[in-house]
Order: sequence, then structure tokens, then C-alpha cells
Amino acid sequence: MEKKRLSSLILIVGVLSVFVLTPMAFGLSDIYKENIYRVGTLKPVDSVLKVKVRGHAPDFTLSSVSGEKVSLGQLRGKKNVVLSFVPAAWTPVCSDQWPGYNIAKDIFSRYDAILLGITVDNIPTLFAWTNQMGQLWFPVLSDFWPHGAVAKRYGVLRSNGVSERALFVIDKAGIIRYIDVHDINKRPPLEDLMGALEKLK
Amino acid sequence: MKKLLALFAVMALLFSLFVFPALAANKPPQKGERLPVFNLPIPKNPDERNYLGLSGSGLFKIPQIKAKTVIVEFFSMYCPICQKDAPGVNELYRLIENNPVIKNKVKLIGIGAGNSPYEVEVYKKTYDVPFPLFPDKDFVIHQACGEVRTPYYMVVKMNDDGTHQIVHAQLGDYPGAEKFLEIILNASGLK
Repeated sequence: MEKKRLSSLILIVGVLSVFVLTPMAFGLSDIYKENIYRVGTLKPVDSVLKVKVRGHAPDFTLSSVSGEKVSLGQLRGKKNVVLSFVPAAWTPVCSDQWPGYNIAKDIFSRYDAILLGITVDNIPTLFAWTNQMGQLWFPVLSDFWPHGAVAKRYGVLRSNGVSERALFVIDKAGIIRYIDVHDINKRPPLEDLMGALEKLK
Repeated sequence: MKKLLALFAVMALLFSLFVFPALAANKPPQKGERLPVFNLPIPKNPDERNYLGLSGSGLFKIPQIKAKTVIVEFFSMYCPICQKDAPGVNELYRLIENNPVIKNKVKLIGIGAGNSPYEVEVYKKTYDVPFPLFPDKDFVIHQACGEVRTPYYMVVKMNDDGTHQIVHAQLGDYPGAEKFLEIILNASGLK
């Protein structure tokens, strides 16, 4: 009986240890102070892709925080394009992702690539949020209305109306060359994206 | 079946303990405390090894650094304040290295919270960081240190009896190299 109780205890502690000891951290910058809304751990992916690698990237036109409209089609033949969808302003992980890209401009340039940051937030929210990040060198686009239309067209709109944390690399011919619909709870390692850009050479 | 489950549970527990030796803390390390237990890899770069007074390969703990005081900065390539303060922290390194009285007594390292080696390298190159930086890709050290926000600075004093103590800790608010050096020297009794 005693032995049975001990083995049950080991069973419970053992299984719990996987959850208790597994890191779920995200290393948030102090720049946002207490203004980040903690969303907890979410379902890693909650959508079904509607595009594929080697397929044509659907065109779109969205308004940017700086006021101009940006069309994917305008960049065809001129630049490789990285689309970085992040789920929402003022949330963990998202708030750290673009500031990192902001100091990697020379690496993007090395691959003749431009970065387009996209969320489903409206412009005023994006304005206030990205202002905390310093001067961003890349356009930040609002996919707010019709709500999440571009995210939906690419198949990265989640069931609660935010987008996935997703990266698309599109070559100058407008062909999708890389897709990473990342676990929404984690930041994609920069080297994976740069490895994809390296393959465009 | 139950035996199999029990075996799985024991394996899971052992795996967790080995993979995450630095158990999560619920608050950042504070003044007066000891450093949480964690290991860092001995740098492959011989200049960095010399700077820290380490030799060989494998792992080391911060108190093994040959110094009276070690400044630890938790940073992230993805942190705008760390980016803004990076030149000022570099200046701190130079102030220390150019002062023959403290040069061999005070050392400076950075730990990249959640940063891969590639990401740490991008940060190092972008800001031309002259002191050793260590990646903490899986947030293991970051968790052991209470998931500090970045940048977080700790000043660790090494005592003659082999013990150590955090004598100053602060979240952000970098006051500039000269002022911060004064804080460090006062806190660690080197002034």
C-alpha cells in the first residue's frame, strides 16, 4: 500500500514537473513598463494556410502608420519582401520582435529585402505602440479594416480575430519562397529567417 | 501499464531536473542576495577567456571569474532600451579598462535573455560590444533570475572567503558610464 502511494506520488510529481519546469518566458524590454497585456499561453497555431511555398503571393494594399499606402505589387521586380505578421500590439513577444528586426536593417539590405510589419490593429494603436520601439526603418501596416482581410487571404487569421505570428519571404517575382507560421507564444529565431533570405541569392 | 506510466513520470522528472538545472525564481535577484546558480560556457575566443581569467573549455559560474567585482547585464537584441544604452555600457567597459587601479578588479559580461548565438552576434556587431556576451536562447538563466525585464544590471562582489553577494541591482535607468561606475565602486567597496 505504502509502495503504491509512493509510486502515485512520483507519477504526479513527474508529470507536473514537465509543465512547471518548462520555460515559458519571453524576456520583455522595460521600455513598455507595465503596459503589456499578458495573454498567457495560447494555442500555438489556430488557422489553416491558404498559400504555399512556390505559389504566388496574393497582392494587397494596406495603410501604413506613416500615412502612405503600401502595395505588395509595387515592390514586384524591385525588392524581395518579408511579411512579418504579429498577433497584436501591446502583447508579449510581439512587442519584442520588431525592435530586433530594427537593428538588422543591414542584413535585410544584404539580401535586397524589405520588411513589411503587419497586424490587425488600427493605425492609432500601432502609432502609440511602435513609438515605444524607436524609429523603425520598415513600414508598419494596419490590416484592421476589412478586419484581418490580408491575414485571412494568406490563411493566418486566428479564430479570435488576431493574426498568427507568421513570416513569409516573397522573391522579386512575387513567388512565396518561405513560410513560418510560428508558435504564437515564441519569437522566431532571426537565423531561420536570414537562412531563408540567403537561399534567394 | 501503471509501471510504464510511473517510469515515464520518473524519466520526465529527471529530464526536467537535468535540462533545467536553474529552477525558476519568482523575482529578480536583489541586493544582498547570492546569484542564482547557473552555468555559462567558457568563451572560445582567447581574448574573452583572458579577460575573464578563465582557461580551458566547458562551463563556468560567474564567481569563478577572476575579479573582485563582476557586472552582469541582462540584455536582449530585441530590447529597445538595451539598444539605446549599448554605447553607454561600452563606455563603462572602456572607463574600467583604461583605469589601471580597477582594470583587473572589475569585469563586465552580458547575458542575452532568449537570444540565440546568432542574435547575440548581431547585437555584438551592431554595437561593437567589446566585452563577453552569452546567449540564453531557451530563457533558462532568465528564468532562474526571476524573468527580469531588460536591461537588468547586477553588481556582484566576490569576497575573499570565496563567497559572493549582489551589492547592487537595477532595472533599466542606466545613468551613464561615469555615474554607473561610481555606483559600482561604492557598492563593491572599491572606492
